[in-house]
Amino acid sequence: MSSEWPLWEVFIRGQHGLNHRHVGSLHAPDAEMAIRNARDVYTRRKEGVSIWVVRSSEITASSPSEKGPLFDPADSKIYRHPSFFDIPDEAGHM
Amino acid sequence: MYAQLVKTDEKRLKSLGEMDPQERAFQGRIDRGEKIEPKEWMPEGYRKTLIRQISQHAHSEIVGQLPEGNWITRAPTLERKAILLAKVQDEAGHGLYLYCAAETLGISRDEMFEQLHSGRAKYSSIFNYPTLSWADIGAIGWLVDGAAIMNQVPLQRCSFGPYSRAMIRICKEESFHQRQGFDIMMKLCKGTEAQQKMAQDALERWWWPSLMMFGPADGDSVHSAQSMAWKIKQDTNDELRQKFVDQTVPQADFLDLKVPDPDLKWNQERGSYDFGEPDWDEFFQVISGNGPCNEERLGARVKAWDDGAWVREGLMAHARKHARRTTLAAAE
Ligand SMILES: [Fe+2]
Ligand SMILES: [Fe+2]
Repeated sequence: MSSEWPLWEVFIRGQHGLNHRHVGSLHAPDAEMAIRNARDVYTRRKEGVSIWVVRSSEITASSPSEKGPLFDPADSKIYRHPSFFDIPDEAGHM
Repeated sequence: MYAQLVKTDEKRLKSLGEMDPQERAFQGRIDRGEKIEPKEWMPEGYRKTLIRQISQHAHSEIVGQLPEGNWITRAPTLERKAILLAKVQDEAGHGLYLYCAAETLGISRDEMFEQLHSGRAKYSSIFNYPTLSWADIGAIGWLVDGAAIMNQVPLQRCSFGPYSRAMIRICKEESFHQRQGFDIMMKLCKGTEAQQKMAQDALERWWWPSLMMFGPADGDSVHSAQSMAWKIKQDTNDELRQKFVDQTVPQADFLDLKVPDPDLKWNQERGSYDFGEPDWDEFFQVISGNGPCNEERLGARVKAWDDGAWVREGLMAHARKHARRTTLAAAE
């Protein structure tokens, strides 16, 4: 019988004030062990102040083939960027 | 190198014109320097080659713990022992980063272990040599990790995202490995005559195997050309070997050690060292399982895996039981 431990995705907050960021994955029997293992695998040099682990099977991802329909609508909305507007220098810092 | 002989399935390199539209679009992305991510379309050959390369690399990190592990209990001071322990622990980490990068391509961890344990998968020839004295630990850090860095730095730019990110992480840690090794060598070389001899002896035994780490010349190989076109390899084996020699010989001079190569000499015109040819018969013997320690290394690895089975199964059983209890309690 294969007793391969489930796969967990590991997210680490590098410093106070930053978001958790995906750093990789590892195998562990449960969440508690996944956190312990993540400590040893991903933070041997104090790379983090907080760890999240999520079962890889619980993650829903957008599909690469739908990249177009999903993200292209933003292409035409360049007015969402401040540089779209010309504000004269005389108006002062804005 | 850590993956010394990676075959692609290609017989020859396809031109853009011969590729189907999907392949051509893929090659275009690579040429533009885009990273390929696991769920995106990729040619089967690209996937297979990467699985081979990344898993060989991972196996090398894991088996690579054994020759050094041999000296953890024999380190000359408590500080050296703690440092070596941390170094070996890093190598375990490297193996784990790489296994999980390979898994994103659709091979399971158990499958990779099975390939390693059954002897079907390769790992670097260098780890099949014995560590006979404490100086070997210095020589390994200096030369073996030094050669690994040479190879791994360009791999940070590999086209496959997870491999590239794993390499970035690994490269950050390797410099400690090389420096702790060189530090051991410096101490020995400034020591008693017996210690200097030990250092010289270690260099003599590790020099040629270190040069073999880059693999045989592959300038004309289809596999190498294909891997380069896919940007999962950036330099030829000979280019990297030359770089390594050029960097390392002055360090040996600094230590007052003699590199065991009668053909070694500075070539003013090339601005590089000329050097002799490693014994490739020896290399092919070692990589195909007949080196001085192949059996011992694989045996130790398989034993550790088998002996740990009850722990892995026990923890899994506990996790299942606990999960069941939580669901039952929630249902009440
Ligand atoms: Fe390593
Ligand atoms: Fe290393």
